[in-house]
Amino acid sequence: MSNVLIIAEAFNGQVRRASLHALGAGQQLVQRTGGALHVILLGKGIGEAARSLAAYGATVHAADHDALAAPLAEAHAPVVAELARAVGASFVGAAATAYGKDLTPRAAALLEAAMATEVTAFAGDGAAVLFRRPMWAGNVLADVELSTAVKAFTIRPTEYAPAAAGAAGEVKAAAVAVPALKTRYVSFQEVKSERPELTEARVVVAGGRGTKGDFKPLEALADALSGAVAASRAAVDAGWVPNDWQVGQTGKVVAPDLYVAAGISGAIQHVAGMKGSKVIVAINKDPEAPIFQIADYGLVGDLFKVLPELVAKVKASR
Amino acid sequence: MALKILVTVKRVEDPESKIRVKPDGSGIVTDGVNYKMNPFDEIAVEEGLRLKEAHGGEVVVVSIGGEKSATEIRAALAMGADRGVLVRHDGPLDPMVVSGLLAKVAELEKPDLVLLGKQSIDDDQNQAGQYLAARLGLPQATFASKQESLESEAEQKKVPGLKLAADGKRLEVVREIDGGVETLDVSLPAVVTCDLRLNKPRFASLPGIMKAKKKELKELQAAALGADLTPRVVIRKLAEPPARKGGLKVADVEELWKKLHEEAKVV
Repeated sequence: MSNVLIIAEAFNGQVRRASLHALGAGQQLVQRTGGALHVILLGKGIGEAARSLAAYGATVHAADHDALAAPLAEAHAPVVAELARAVGASFVGAAATAYGKDLTPRAAALLEAAMATEVTAFAGDGAAVLFRRPMWAGNVLADVELSTAVKAFTIRPTEYAPAAAGAAGEVKAAAVAVPALKTRYVSFQEVKSERPELTEARVVVAGGRGTKGDFKPLEALADALSGAVAASRAAVDAGWVPNDWQVGQTGKVVAPDLYVAAGISGAIQHVAGMKGSKVIVAINKDPEAPIFQIADYGLVGDLFKVLPELVAKVKASR
Repeated sequence: MALKILVTVKRVEDPESKIRVKPDGSGIVTDGVNYKMNPFDEIAVEEGLRLKEAHGGEVVVVSIGGEKSATEIRAALAMGADRGVLVRHDGPLDPMVVSGLLAKVAELEKPDLVLLGKQSIDDDQNQAGQYLAARLGLPQATFASKQESLESEAEQKKVPGLKLAADGKRLEVVREIDGGVETLDVSLPAVVTCDLRLNKPRFASLPGIMKAKKKELKELQAAALGADLTPRVVIRKLAEPPARKGGLKVADVEELWKKLHEEAKVV
């Protein structure tokens, strides 16, 4: 039986959208393997979030326990591994969020499972699943076979459709046995924003070195389009904007309908994080900037002049 | 209070190199490609050196690979690491093989702290640290970062981003995660994987390079360590992703707006 276990993630009492994409990947797998779909949610006070997962044709396992309140891989991994054994899972997957990337390999190790990271598609035939994933900063796509009995993976949420509604699933309490922990959770400082989450935004306005640290024109355009603001590694390293704004192979991977790159030269590592966008606009003073080669629409000009004009256009169209 | 720190380094294709896939999809073209230390591992080496400079101890660099991987170990020794261990293995590597071998090295060396890059920029798997922590039953803190920017005074003074407790038994680690910044406190020994903003690695000095030539570099044979060397992540085919068609230029904001509004219909 090739059963599938998806690890979902709750944040502030709600299931993260990325988890619904992981569940969508799980639905694809069970269609191919004929197994049953299971999903586990770990945390404290996650009952309601767990019930919201019951609408996708999966059996939901709620691991609701004080010891799981913090998202610590050391605490969560043994619970995931135990459940994977109990339900006979051959596939264990999650979304490639910070939580998914931290936890899944640790759970995989406990299951002696090989793993594929940031999977973008399932290839191969029937139950013989190959995992398609980017290597070398997205310059290469590899079809990978995992030759262990249990196979683990994380999926890139932008590459999978969210789960389709299915038969109402049962919600069960998962067994929780957490050993004495060697990790203490000290604090979490939430970065609150009125703007949409970067990886879920329909519009992303990103700035690089060319902003010289002034992101106000970018923020104005993002707000006019109800979008998110992002940055290249150069802007983040300079300390101009928060770390979690970084788009690139080593930062976040985004695929919005519209990506506006302002004052970004277009280094390989940045492009790897945004080339899946539907439409890319590049605004740069340097006509030779590599970003223009991949942009659908390039405008050679000063972003401090161009962006306010674009904001005026957006506002006038309302 | 002195810390024994094991730092892993991997020999990878230079991220500035153009990576091309062989026509038959069996691998990448290696002609004309330069090799260097994985950039995330450079950050791990730097952090190890800063911890040693602040608290005393020893930085041991380990790599797994062919004889050429000695080059990357020497590079870390030139930055200031104390000695190197090369686990000789010419076969393919995956995170299970790597973590299995690293666990054996950790059993021999008994470090207080294992520092790894969060991922290597060839496979981009981001797994070895987590597998290693699980195999050794150690706490893990992945994607270590810090809140001070890389332009801050603390960074100029090469203050470690990882904070050792006064009793030398615990380490505080700041992590970048979705939606905010998390701080963990792990008991030592522990496994920490390093993200980009943890530090700016130093360059090796000329005297450093000279000294590195005389530092100890021990070779171990992978086959003699008793770890499973069978890769379980098997690459069946490589391909280059479809190229994105771009390159159209517009004259002004007026035209750009028209294209976005009427042609692409995204605004």
